[in-house]
Amino acid sequence: MASDTAAMGDLGTEEGVRRRDWIHIAALSTAGVGGASLLIPLVSQMAPSADVLAASTTEVDVSAIQPGQAIKAVFRKQPLFVRRLTADEIKSANEVEVSSLRDPQTLGDRTKEGHEDMLITMGVCTHLGCVPLGAAEGENRGEFGGYFCPCHGSHYDTAGRIRKGPAPLNLQVPEYQFTSDTVIRVG
Amino acid sequence: MTIRLGGIIAGLAIAAVLVLWSLVPGAYNYIFGPPAEKQASYAFYEHGEGPEGGFAFDGPFGKWDVAQLQRGYQVYKEVCSACHSLKFVAFRNLSQLGYTEAEVDAEAATWTVPGIDPNTGETTTRPGEPTDYFPMPFPNAIAAAAANNNAIPPDLSLMTKARHDGSNYVYDLLTGYGEADPEKAAKLGFETPAGLYFNKHFPNVNIAMAPPLVIDGQVTYADGTEATVPQMAKDVAAFLTWTAEPSMVQRKQTGWFVLGFLLFATALAFLSYKQVWAGMKPKKK
Amino acid sequence: MSFAWAKQYEPKTPLTKWLDDKLPLPRLVYNAVGAGYPVPRNLNYMWNFGVLAGFCLMIQIVTGVVLAMHYAANQAVAFGTVEHIMRNVNWGWALRYAHANGASFFFIVVYLHIFRGLFYSSYKAPREMIWLLGVVIFLLMMATAFMGYVLPWGQMSFWGAQVITGLFSAIPLVGEPLQVWLLGGFAPDNAALNRFFSLHFLLPFVIAGVVILHIWALHIPGSSNPSGVEVKSESDTVPFHPYYTAKDGFGLGVFLILFAVMVFFLPNALGHPDNYIEANPLSTPAHIVPEWYFWPFYAILRAFTGDLTIPFTGIVLIPAKLLGVIAMFGSILLWFFLPWLDKSPVRSGHYRPLFNKFFWFGLIPTMAVLFYCGGAPAEEPFVVLSQIATAYYFLHFLVVLPIVSQIEVPKPLPFSITEAVLGKDATAEARTGTVDAGTAGTAPDGSLQPAE
Repeated sequence: MASDTAAMGDLGTEEGVRRRDWIHIAALSTAGVGGASLLIPLVSQMAPSADVLAASTTEVDVSAIQPGQAIKAVFRKQPLFVRRLTADEIKSANEVEVSSLRDPQTLGDRTKEGHEDMLITMGVCTHLGCVPLGAAEGENRGEFGGYFCPCHGSHYDTAGRIRKGPAPLNLQVPEYQFTSDTVIRVG
Repeated sequence: MTIRLGGIIAGLAIAAVLVLWSLVPGAYNYIFGPPAEKQASYAFYEHGEGPEGGFAFDGPFGKWDVAQLQRGYQVYKEVCSACHSLKFVAFRNLSQLGYTEAEVDAEAATWTVPGIDPNTGETTTRPGEPTDYFPMPFPNAIAAAAANNNAIPPDLSLMTKARHDGSNYVYDLLTGYGEADPEKAAKLGFETPAGLYFNKHFPNVNIAMAPPLVIDGQVTYADGTEATVPQMAKDVAAFLTWTAEPSMVQRKQTGWFVLGFLLFATALAFLSYKQVWAGMKPKKK
Repeated sequence: MSFAWAKQYEPKTPLTKWLDDKLPLPRLVYNAVGAGYPVPRNLNYMWNFGVLAGFCLMIQIVTGVVLAMHYAANQAVAFGTVEHIMRNVNWGWALRYAHANGASFFFIVVYLHIFRGLFYSSYKAPREMIWLLGVVIFLLMMATAFMGYVLPWGQMSFWGAQVITGLFSAIPLVGEPLQVWLLGGFAPDNAALNRFFSLHFLLPFVIAGVVILHIWALHIPGSSNPSGVEVKSESDTVPFHPYYTAKDGFGLGVFLILFAVMVFFLPNALGHPDNYIEANPLSTPAHIVPEWYFWPFYAILRAFTGDLTIPFTGIVLIPAKLLGVIAMFGSILLWFFLPWLDKSPVRSGHYRPLFNKFFWFGLIPTMAVLFYCGGAPAEEPFVVLSQIATAYYFLHFLVVLPIVSQIEVPKPLPFSITEAVLGKDATAEARTGTVDAGTAGTAPDGSLQPAE
């Protein structure tokens, strides 16, 4: 059709291109912005919901834990190891040359002042997330007397520091404080 | 042709069955049969109009009146919560009512929630924490029915969405208690059964819930607002609107933003459409 | 197939050439909804709803998949997980309201699409297959919508499941066991909820598949148009892109404005308050109604109040319950026969004076009455009204259409689409040019001569 092709032909001239095209470009870009902003709800709905974010503190009573013993608590749906170290364990942890460690930290860095015997760590191997052995009585505590992850053979020492195996970091110490001498509040 | 013939026969048959066996007897009965009996209670029902002046959250620009929500929460806590649960609402949600984190912690601790003794594993109770949900006043439905003359007090979390025009409904219901007009009642032989209460804004007029708000000053508002019965009813209706949909105000505000964008985008789309078709000759007619 | 003058896809870059060789997906899109699809130039806004329906299906699938990440189909927690979505999930309230209102808008759009098809006789040869597939899509949509409404496990969900599966119990002999089989129990419970969720997730993808067939079938004869005259020459058509992509883009904007008004300001207006009460198997709501988009069919179901008996003997041939179920399913299934019931060679209602009268003064008021009565309580006068309307509904499709198409004298048709748009003078030039080359359908009836 004649007028039709003429209309298309007009688009060819430089003046015509600018005049006619800006409105299409504006409309398409606006549609693009609108489409892209739809991603905000679609992506953020997968992030933790309000109830998950709120459920993030745990209280643990540590008074009943004897030296050498450990208990497993739950923090954010993950295991939390609470261990009271013996004098020997503290000594062996402090004897290690810190600079020789893969993730250099002293026992003092990993405990609270006045409570150096309370080692509170996440029970999650920093390699790929298995739960290490050693918290329960009679479990394999690895070559360094702390924790041992059976999945890929990571050994942690009495301060929960990585000493051997594939894990890159020490067992994570969560944020916590002593609300009294015997109660800790994690998170 | 066969299909058309079959269609005509089927169509006439369906219409004949409908008219002769359903419509004619039904219409005959409707015209000559005894008139349908209306329940006497319908004569007493009055449609409520909600509180005077409406609510702050009404309309597309509505916003929460935070002070009112706090007062409504107080009414719920001191009056309603004796029988009605609020199971989809957590104490942490109260931070939306303008309370600080510390105030929410303190408020949660004033409630007693079921817990488990960490040493023995037995069920016990403990003070509430922000992550806890409002506790159930009765351990189960049977206990709730037994304690309330066989009527289970419904959960209130969604009440204003579970009734038509729910915010006004709650207000009307709470202010609708009273006596049936004795003259009219005597004429119609109407009587509120024992154990039920007359409420002109309840659909069948006789409600199992005893009047919850009975005297002015039943609660003492911290902000000094005079606690008349209509005031308390309005406040708690607002609070229950919030519990039913805490995201309502956010929803409306997002809506204006989205609408503004869409109007702009559609205007551009219209110009673009006209531009594309500009080369075509206009329609005749 | 396409018209002889359809533009050909020409890959320009080495990458698109390579892709065109290996998997000509861009070519497919170009020919389906791009410049390679010539479309009648005279389409009005009623032709926007096909694309909009496809858009609605996409909204529903995207929001639905996302909601399924948070929902749990277990009768103990289903209601609670919906509230979890509304209260805790980031943007959960927006996603759920978009999905719930999206269902309503899907039906609005599809009803307008069907209405367009009925008025312009889009079901007629050579487009019967498009229509038949469309009816299949509509039936699948109804099933999907019904099962989706059960998922929140509110009072209306529960009693809807009970009542709709109860329809099957009307079937003689196998009815009752069939209902128990459908529910996986004697009342709606976990088994029913789980299978409804599974099917509610599956069926939209089946719908998407049938939609592809629907569009494929559309591209064989090409789109119909308001004049009902088939495309004859290039001047009758414009390329889909940019002409109709631009128009559909504008239509989409208007649609989204209305959709946003509902989602953000009236999100529960089309729902029923009772569905915010958790399912209670021991208490039926006072007035149960299906979702609004089922009301006309619900009215047909309830119109049959009397058993079909042999007069004065008391022998029941067909009980009222079964009559209602047959009529309700029949009212949609008869659409399958529409292309063969209405044999008028003229498509567009604009050129059919008698059909036009029956359409606007018969069918449309009937549908309005059925819609209203379906949502009203089963009391007089709604019962009598719905009975009259139901009778006319069947008479219209099964009796009026065949007879009207036989006796009607249609108005003179324009020679071509170009003539319909531009008037006679402008067509002279076009007529001497391409005549009927690549025309998909010539005039369906030889006896009908174009007006000169």
